[in-house]
Amino acid sequence: MPLLLTEEQSMLRDSARGLISDHASVSHLRQLRDTRDDTGFSRQLWATFAEMGFAGLLVPEEHGGSGLGAVEAGVIMEEIGRTLMPSPFLATAVLSASALARAGSAGQKSEYLPKIASGALLSALALDEGAKHRPLHTALQAVRSGNGFRLSGAKAMVVDGHVADLLLVVARSAGTPGERDGLTLFLVDPKAKGVAIERTIMVDAHNAARIRFDDVEVTADHVLGEVDGGAAVLSSVLDLGRGAVASEMVGLSEEVFGRTVAYLKERKQFGKAIGEFQALQHRAAHLYIEIEITRAAVLKALQAIDADPAKAAAAVAVAKARAGTTATLAVQEGVQMHGGMGMTDQFDIGFFMKRARVCEELLGDANYHAAQLAQLRGY
Amino acid sequence: MADLDTFRRETRAWLEANCPPEMRRPMTSEEDTFWGGRNAKFSSEPQRIWFERMRDKGWTVPHWPKEYGGGGLDGEEAKIVRQEMAAIGARAPITSFGISMLGPALLKYGTDEQKREHLPKITAGLIRWCQGYSEPNAGSDLASLQTRAESDGDDYVINGQKIWTSYANYADWIFCLVRTDPTAKKHDGISFILFDMTSKGVSTKPILLISGRSPFCETFFDNVRVPKANVLGTVNRGWDVAKYLLQHERAMISGMGERGGSRPLGQVAADSIGSDGQGRLDDALLRADIATFDVDEAALAAAAERMVDLAKAGQGHPAFSSAMKYYGTELNKRRHELLMSAGGINALEWESDRSGEGARPRAWLRTKANSIEGGTSEVMLGIVAKRILDLPGA
Repeated sequence: MPLLLTEEQSMLRDSARGLISDHASVSHLRQLRDTRDDTGFSRQLWATFAEMGFAGLLVPEEHGGSGLGAVEAGVIMEEIGRTLMPSPFLATAVLSASALARAGSAGQKSEYLPKIASGALLSALALDEGAKHRPLHTALQAVRSGNGFRLSGAKAMVVDGHVADLLLVVARSAGTPGERDGLTLFLVDPKAKGVAIERTIMVDAHNAARIRFDDVEVTADHVLGEVDGGAAVLSSVLDLGRGAVASEMVGLSEEVFGRTVAYLKERKQFGKAIGEFQALQHRAAHLYIEIEITRAAVLKALQAIDADPAKAAAAVAVAKARAGTTATLAVQEGVQMHGGMGMTDQFDIGFFMKRARVCEELLGDANYHAAQLAQLRGY
Repeated sequence: MADLDTFRRETRAWLEANCPPEMRRPMTSEEDTFWGGRNAKFSSEPQRIWFERMRDKGWTVPHWPKEYGGGGLDGEEAKIVRQEMAAIGARAPITSFGISMLGPALLKYGTDEQKREHLPKITAGLIRWCQGYSEPNAGSDLASLQTRAESDGDDYVINGQKIWTSYANYADWIFCLVRTDPTAKKHDGISFILFDMTSKGVSTKPILLISGRSPFCETFFDNVRVPKANVLGTVNRGWDVAKYLLQHERAMISGMGERGGSRPLGQVAADSIGSDGQGRLDDALLRADIATFDVDEAALAAAAERMVDLAKAGQGHPAFSSAMKYYGTELNKRRHELLMSAGGINALEWESDRSGEGARPRAWLRTKANSIEGGTSEVMLGIVAKRILDLPGA
């Protein structure tokens, strides 16, 4: 498989790029931030996303979706990264849709997947609890009670948690934090008794929530997949999410880099364009090279997920680690090379810096993924 | 697709049957590299068998035309051969500047006669080539070269000096940049010419390096007579050939870090340092450095693959090989710093049988040239800045 987009994938990219750049440039995010918008994204735009088939990209065709794969999800995420458009795409269309499609019962699939594809249902994955992404360290307790469970504990930075119509909650039904066995995924109604959702305004003006679960009752029907055996499906869903976030970071890096190079060509100091200075030329060239190498690594990971998700772990670790490091460098260089202008809120460049920081933490930072690779390689 | 699957199965089976077990182990010393040439010597019987079988199959250069001794494979098939060789850790049957550098230029610019004369000898490993580019005052500023070629009947008479000529003391022929028009502008009076190193007036002198070894030489030309028919490409347009060849050289140098069969850094370090109770390398910061290196190396491999795919699709940028050269050489230097660190004091031995005569420290020191030879890292970044990013000239 060549490391290039196919013709169909390029067409998908073009249509996503057209829609997003027309309706959701960085000023769209700026306006949502400045008005402290309750929803934090445009529901109207999400409806258009659904009409174009993006919401159901990963939903199997028999449930009303397009049945496409990781590469296509990455294509959309990259375009989202270019304008920083806030949307439920990652939480709903990527993480939740793939979790339901992979682990859902027939009933769960037919209840939720068509609604995700039509854009009617928003869903969020409630996973992280501590400061850093550590899926196996899940401590939120699921205690057996009658034919169901009672959930107690707390989740932090649940992306789109405050607008979700459905929560996918990762809980510990057995074992101790750190162990692979004993994780179970639950489908929880955010309006259920004992669920307390607090919206958090994040540094990048995107949506997230802190959610507490206080003896929340769920029945056996709300278990997604196998009791105690959730780690396997979780890791494949997370790998897909990591590939998607890495794609967003590639789009973000490339956009901020493009803006920076344009600035190097137009900004004059000491009587010439600052892009004539070798010190800046070499840094720009280095950054370009990092981005191109990362782009290849991310596409490689997405193709690996589509070919065989069980064998994609190493490629995904490489992609997410590279994307985090590259995006961090891109935004730092972007702000620095824009000089004082880069520090102003009026200029867009700072939005990219903030989003890059969030994407770096989402689903594991560069250190986490480098350590994963070391473990996979046995040292 | 089905055809490629069949091809992959057949390739795997053939390699399995024909690659001696000794040729699937990591290289440990310079003797493990076979260079070919008139004075070629095999360091072992398995090395000879492996080379001859690959040569007979046309797989010293799988993607060159069969009429020149290549394998006649298309890009996808050649990639499968590379992948299947890597899968069993097979060594390259031959290392050759004729294959990696001159060959592509001959295929593009050579006359039928030149191709018929030189290419089969390259694929069969009969002639070992060296490259005469740099001069004492023309390194990074290569177009300043001064070696003169003066017309005399059917010949040119060549006078001048080259430097950093890799393995000139072992080479049979040289491909060389000479100034054929001293009055023209710097890039416009240069020609690309091929000649035999045993020609009268050619002499070489090794340059001892910090590695204690000498891949490089000074090369002197004193009234060397070369037939005009040996010019490759158009007279005075040698710069075009040189640039084309440099792209291949840069692609080759960028791939040096991942040469067949080298052991994963993490394992080398674990063998040397040991692991903690949880199987982690017993040096947390070195483990982190190696892991970060592994991330970057895997990403570079993906980028190299993508570069080939882009080129095939006609979407590649000709200056991208400079980007890969820059990154690949910097990464290879990092690799050898980490190897030294992993080896600790045991990697410091310089002269002992146990250390393979200091193979590891010598290799470490050798890599420091990677970001200088074939265009320095700074020159590569300058090329990317100007030709790809279109930043204004200073």
